[in-house]
Amino acid sequence: MTDVAKKTDTVTLTVDGVEVVAEKGELVIRVAERMGIAIPRFCDHPLLAPAGACRQCLVEVEGQRKPVASCTQTVAEGMVVKTQLSSPVAAKAQAGIMEMLLINHPLDCPTCDKGGECPLQNQAMSSGRADTRFHEHKREYEKPIHISSQVLLDRERCILCQRCTRFSEEIAGDKFIDLMDRSSGEQINVYRDDFFGGDGTGDGQVGDDEGDVPFNSYFSGNTIQICPVGALTGEQYRFRARPFDLVSTPTTCEHCAAGCSMRADHRRGKVLRRLAGDEPAVNEEWNCDKGRWGFRYANAFDRLTTPLVREADTGELREASWSEALLAAAEGLKAARERGVGVLTGGRLTVEDAYAYAKFARVVLGTNDVDFRARPLRASGASDGTDEESAFLAASVAGVTDVTYADVEDAPSAVIVGLEPEEECPILFLRMRKGHLKKKLQVTAVAPYLSRGFEKLGAALVAAVPGDEARLLATDPAIAAALGAPGAILFVGERLATVPGGLSAAAALAARTGARLAWVPRRAGDRGAVDAGCLPNLLPGGRPVTDADALAEISAAWDLPDGALPGTPGRDTDGILAAAADGTLGGLLVAGVDPADLADPRLAEQALDAVPFLVSLELRQSAVTRRADVVLPVAPAVEKAGTYLDWEGRLRSFEAVLPTGTMTDGRVLEAIAALLEVSLGTGDVNAIRRELGAMPASRSARPALPSVPPAEVPQRGEHEAVLSTWHHLIDLGSMLDGDEPLAGTARSPLVRLGKDLAGALGVVDGDAVTVSTDRGGITLPVEITDLPPQVVWLPTNSPGSTLRRSLGVTSGAVVRLAAGTPGPILAEGAHQ
Amino acid sequence: MTQPRREVLQKLTPVLTKRWLSPDAWKIDVYQRLDGYAALRKALDVHPDDLIQLVKDSGLRGRGGAGFPTGLKWGFIPQGDGKPHYLVVNADEGEPGTCKDLPLMTYDPHSLIEGVIIASYAIRASRAFIYIRGEAVHAARRLRHAVREAYAKGFLGENILGSGFDLDLVVHSGAGAYICGEETALLDSLEGFRGQPRLRPPFPAVAGLYASPTVVNNVGTIASVPYIVLGGADWWKSMGTEKSSGPMIYSLSGRIANPGQYECGLGITLRELIELAGGMQPGHNLKFWTPGGSSTPLLTDEHLDIPLDFEGVAGAGSILGTTATQIFSDQDCPVYATWRWLEFYHHESCGKCTPCREGNYWMVRTYRRILSGQGAYADLDTLQDTADNIFGRSFCGLGDGAATPVVSTLKWFRQDYLDYIEGRTAPRLSEKALVGAH
Repeated sequence: MTDVAKKTDTVTLTVDGVEVVAEKGELVIRVAERMGIAIPRFCDHPLLAPAGACRQCLVEVEGQRKPVASCTQTVAEGMVVKTQLSSPVAAKAQAGIMEMLLINHPLDCPTCDKGGECPLQNQAMSSGRADTRFHEHKREYEKPIHISSQVLLDRERCILCQRCTRFSEEIAGDKFIDLMDRSSGEQINVYRDDFFGGDGTGDGQVGDDEGDVPFNSYFSGNTIQICPVGALTGEQYRFRARPFDLVSTPTTCEHCAAGCSMRADHRRGKVLRRLAGDEPAVNEEWNCDKGRWGFRYANAFDRLTTPLVREADTGELREASWSEALLAAAEGLKAARERGVGVLTGGRLTVEDAYAYAKFARVVLGTNDVDFRARPLRASGASDGTDEESAFLAASVAGVTDVTYADVEDAPSAVIVGLEPEEECPILFLRMRKGHLKKKLQVTAVAPYLSRGFEKLGAALVAAVPGDEARLLATDPAIAAALGAPGAILFVGERLATVPGGLSAAAALAARTGARLAWVPRRAGDRGAVDAGCLPNLLPGGRPVTDADALAEISAAWDLPDGALPGTPGRDTDGILAAAADGTLGGLLVAGVDPADLADPRLAEQALDAVPFLVSLELRQSAVTRRADVVLPVAPAVEKAGTYLDWEGRLRSFEAVLPTGTMTDGRVLEAIAALLEVSLGTGDVNAIRRELGAMPASRSARPALPSVPPAEVPQRGEHEAVLSTWHHLIDLGSMLDGDEPLAGTARSPLVRLGKDLAGALGVVDGDAVTVSTDRGGITLPVEITDLPPQVVWLPTNSPGSTLRRSLGVTSGAVVRLAAGTPGPILAEGAHQ
Repeated sequence: MTQPRREVLQKLTPVLTKRWLSPDAWKIDVYQRLDGYAALRKALDVHPDDLIQLVKDSGLRGRGGAGFPTGLKWGFIPQGDGKPHYLVVNADEGEPGTCKDLPLMTYDPHSLIEGVIIASYAIRASRAFIYIRGEAVHAARRLRHAVREAYAKGFLGENILGSGFDLDLVVHSGAGAYICGEETALLDSLEGFRGQPRLRPPFPAVAGLYASPTVVNNVGTIASVPYIVLGGADWWKSMGTEKSSGPMIYSLSGRIANPGQYECGLGITLRELIELAGGMQPGHNLKFWTPGGSSTPLLTDEHLDIPLDFEGVAGAGSILGTTATQIFSDQDCPVYATWRWLEFYHHESCGKCTPCREGNYWMVRTYRRILSGQGAYADLDTLQDTADNIFGRSFCGLGDGAATPVVSTLKWFRQDYLDYIEGRTAPRLSEKALVGAH
């Protein structure tokens, strides 16, 4: 039976006289490709629906009157295909199309960014004529036009293959560019007033007129990459280099937990551009604009190049030699460890560097006070010290690789809570969208409202007041039903940690329904830090610090005597900062942490100020380095080899793009350890990989799931609301510094209110609304949104909305609202 | 003008055109007095499948140009599939020279509406659309008025004539694009998208309007249906030829004494049509003509006696098309005529595919140059080659249509081109048209 089924799934055809078996439904152009026959093409793209627009891939099919576009023709049993290699008709058809594509093309290859890597240029060489027969006037357009602050369009170069518009519609769901006009005046453009009878400015630029809608997409860079000519270019790279002068290196994106493959092109010690890498299992061939363009931070003016040591006499930081600085760090930490040293590593480290911190904390500092989480860990004001998240990570995340991108695509249904995938893990979003459009993935969002991303996923909304998610996960029948189907997935974002009982309810729900659980953090290093042991309750490999066998395993691996490792859980980020602030801790070792990301930046900075000894391993000057006693510069991702674990738990290893010799965190830590007479063995990435590889799998029993009960949603008075927030993909994050065109594509910060609050405040769309706490206030234009009663939404860290610093609270807190801009005193209690 | 002979006059078979000259036939009362809606009553009494069989038996072929058997097309609609079915009438008549549908909708709109109701009943559609060319304001006004009248009389809406059959009919005006006469572009346009042809398969019968089974038929095709229902398949087949049955409206224009619509059985010859039209204009001798609009290969005075049915015209190397017969004389310049057509095709190309978009841009400019006295011998080879590179390479038939007059005139009238190139014919266009060319 299966044999019969198999047979009907394939057909046999002949291409250029060679018999070949193909899957039913396969396109002729793909079959030819598999056979090594390169049929020229432009509009065809394997990840886009067939278009048949450019007609370059014409072949002859026996029995057909006319040449057939091989990019739209599916195979059939007994079909006889002749490509340009064996058919003069096909060869002539292709040459004819190529000639027509070139008549209106400016042939400005010497000044075009695409020159040297241009499919049109290459295929004109293989299929085109040596000289032109076209003696008429070429089509002209104003050039270029900015279709967004980052993407430029030179319409006269465009061959109207529609890859960009098809990508934007089919893949990203951002149909902001489209064909306009017709005939030889047909062009790609954005919606602009002058197309609809408005004045326009006449200069061809977008965005100057009321009614202009620029190319508003987080994925716009992909259109540049798939453009087969130089019609779409990026502001950042335009006229900067020639492709043949660049050195290309495969690498991995360091921004979010999606784990995208990338290609970084550098010349003379500087990365000039980055492209999406081809990784079918992860990002397919796409990436987001943040990953593509957010790399200039590594060359920022405030990059640290030499160690700094605080001068005892003046209290100022001064440049120091490595030996002096390392010695100062080692001696300071040695003294501080009597009272205890906390280690804050941030979520930006590679697995290897995270492991170095985890090992350094345990072996050199003798503490479990290590935490990678540089964000709110619990609800604002929660002070019982329960660390629900670390218990959840130990029980359900560390070492687990249950869900892959492919699973997402094939899943019948997914429930998303504490996560806005388009903003927080864009490539996961694209895969969900693919599943939704191609394989009927049904998405249920447990969120306060259907964001644009959720709408593009066709998500059903289970409306949640922030803080109420735990109760909904435990009781809502729609959520349980959505997870009932085999293969269903429950996606949990890192933000769920701020909901009391949220992670407990999620884990219990997954256990109850049999759904697979995926934890999706925001940063590239988060998941790796869990598995590397940068948590107060976990050793490397997900081993609980309280498990005697685990301690013995790690002691053996690290050549330590029994009992050398601390066997009680340490403090988490909040606990470490509190202990530093009140003088309990003698020192802090801080890696890439921005205090502005923490639950209360003011409290964090007080802790950094108060702690007697502060060592900072950093890339650029920061709020931490300014307060540090010793500052040690380390390498950015581009200058080191390493590995990230993406949200799946998949290893995403990469080699250094720029060989600069800048030290990794692990190498610096090893040097400090050496001065304290410990051989840490983390100086070399390959040595760490060997050490990790040699470590046996954990034999410890998985800790029990946390069981924190849900909390009540707080009462709100008049003109009060519960705060909801998440990060915009492109915001004030320090790794987006240095690229204004990219910042120009950020979504506008605004405050979202429901109709109830808008009515109570008497505001309409666009009016100013001030959101305040005792700490301070944020004033932004309002957009009335379908939110639950008395809920307000703000972006976490966008221009004009630095929520944690300005308000000192996070999601779930009660805030006050007022119409209009505040007076000189922001709010009661903010008065000094 | 000469009077046609009696035996030629007898070739006229007014069926679809029979009410055009009756005063106020566009009003429902007059229409009903002239047999109107009688076919509908008859049709609603029979099983839909029997109606499809009747149309198959009649041998009715599509009047929009391709001549596809109508009954067969209706039979492709999957029945009992649980999806809505749609009937879409292609009234986007835009082919140069063609003007049979607009007068029909202007003077006898109810015959189309009656056909729509019968056809919808046959294919089990409860919603039908007439996509009418945007420029045809007067015809659209008549048609909308007629639809309102039909609703008022209970021929449209719920439970039509107590039969239990419901039908809503929407008259949709296009926005003035020739490409929207291509059925899949029409469907895209009707759905509110940019009118560009769709990839096939899937064919409209499987996934047409709103991805549901859809029949797209020409106005003339649908308007024929009531007559077939009333008169029967055998009566219908008594007109025309064996494989091309029924009457056909021939649209005669150009150098004839009396241009207009002449409805005759399929298979009439141009010689007879010219006679019906009162002969050529004085002093004009036939030089070339289109059998079915400008997209069909030109014929010459050699072809006066070929039967104008689907097979006869194909046998002469052309296409019956929409039977829009444009007649040109020895005082007309085929090069100039081709340029005018090309300007049309270039203007109307949707831009989707390379050959049609770029090839027309190129050819138009080459013609402008030749007609300005700036042509070169090499232009003729380039034109021929470009036309060959467009024909059969474009996404839809529009590109083929554009290449056709070029190929035809180069084949029959090469000397006319050489006359421009070698200076024997005075330039028809100013060199100013070429400013900026190099």
